[in-house]
Amino acid sequence: MASIEEGGGESHKKGPGVKKAKKLSTRVDMTPMVDLGFLLITFFIFTTTMSSPTTMDLFMPKDTDKDEEQNKAKESGALTLLLGKNDVIYYYEGQLKEDASNFLTSSFGKIRQVIIDKKKAVIESHVHDEGCKKIQEKARVGDPKAGIRPDPNWQKACLDRDLVVVIKPDDEATYKNTIDILDEMAINDVKRYAMVDLFAVEKELIKKTEGGN
Amino acid sequence: MPSVKIPKKSTFVDRTPFVDVAFLILTFFIMATKFKPADPVEVKTPNSVSTKDITETDHLQVTFDKDGRVFFHIKPQKDASIKLNVIKNLNTTRNLGLTDAEMKNFVMTEAVGVPYSGLKQLLSLPVENQGNLRQPGVPIDSTGGELYYWIRDAVSAFSGHTLKYYLKGDNNAKYPTFKNVLNAFKRNDILKFNMITMLEDVPAGTELSAIRSRDKASGSTPK
Repeated sequence: MASIEEGGGESHKKGPGVKKAKKLSTRVDMTPMVDLGFLLITFFIFTTTMSSPTTMDLFMPKDTDKDEEQNKAKESGALTLLLGKNDVIYYYEGQLKEDASNFLTSSFGKIRQVIIDKKKAVIESHVHDEGCKKIQEKARVGDPKAGIRPDPNWQKACLDRDLVVVIKPDDEATYKNTIDILDEMAINDVKRYAMVDLFAVEKELIKKTEGGN
Repeated sequence: MPSVKIPKKSTFVDRTPFVDVAFLILTFFIMATKFKPADPVEVKTPNSVSTKDITETDHLQVTFDKDGRVFFHIKPQKDASIKLNVIKNLNTTRNLGLTDAEMKNFVMTEAVGVPYSGLKQLLSLPVENQGNLRQPGVPIDSTGGELYYWIRDAVSAFSGHTLKYYLKGDNNAKYPTFKNVLNAFKRNDILKFNMITMLEDVPAGTELSAIRSRDKASGSTPK
């Protein structure tokens, strides 16, 4: 029984004239409690952010003056991206020409295609030589100590080794732009990229292009 | 024809299990919710496709907002005395004239966004009220500024521990701020960073999405 019986012990019949105490219901109305419960659930559901922040790795090279330590980039595989003001990207392939005829303008929506095209071009013109075989072998075996797993696609490992993307954010570029472009490297699986400062010539060109629009 | 009498059933439904479940969910959310410590600055981080979670290890964090203000966080996970050592050393080398109570307060302080000269004013405030003080940011220039010294002191205090370096920047922060922060780390020979971002989906049809689905198929964890 859920009700609380009073006057336990021996039960004796009450004599006539003795009024029976009115039995009160022991059922408690739980509606307000439940209401409050759901209110709290709603509150916590709304305030809990399920998307926890993630982190992105960035490895910077050590500044070095020694020429032999610097990574040489092949001109044919180089793609330079300049991040300008208002989310505009300028880019050129290889060396910047004297007349700046290969200095092009793009945006964050379109730059992916530029990178993909460049990568395709690099892969097509790739030469299979000794250095390439070494890279393939490395990818096939992996490096368990460093946590690098063997690459199932090791045959393709060296195809894009000449591809180097040089990222040059302008002073007006935002942090978001920088992260977005680094992300683009991850999205397109560009293995070699570098973040460096702008040349004076490039600064001028950006200014000129911005002024022209 | 004798009419069939349909017995009247009670419309009362027992809601007890329903309420039980509701409170179970409530308990879960109360337990699972971790209120993040109030940051001195409002920072909206960019999105990236990186899936790496933030690990709870000893770390230094640099936050910079859209106005170029830089904040420095020292976050030891277990040993709070490290943080105390940093400020003690700083107090003697820079002659800041901090009291013991102010140095203890530093341990509780989430982030520092003032030059050395403003440290006493910041630490004289109780932690809850520090948010009201408009902090100008740690001074920084292309060679790292005071941030360089903060990092140097913190790194030496953490010697023997594995330390991670987190960068948290606002979407609209300008690149020079980011570059200066990187320079401050670079001068300390720190070249490996983790940048705090929000997860976003990998665009379909790209190389990365192909790699990810391949990793998933082979049952290995994505890198």
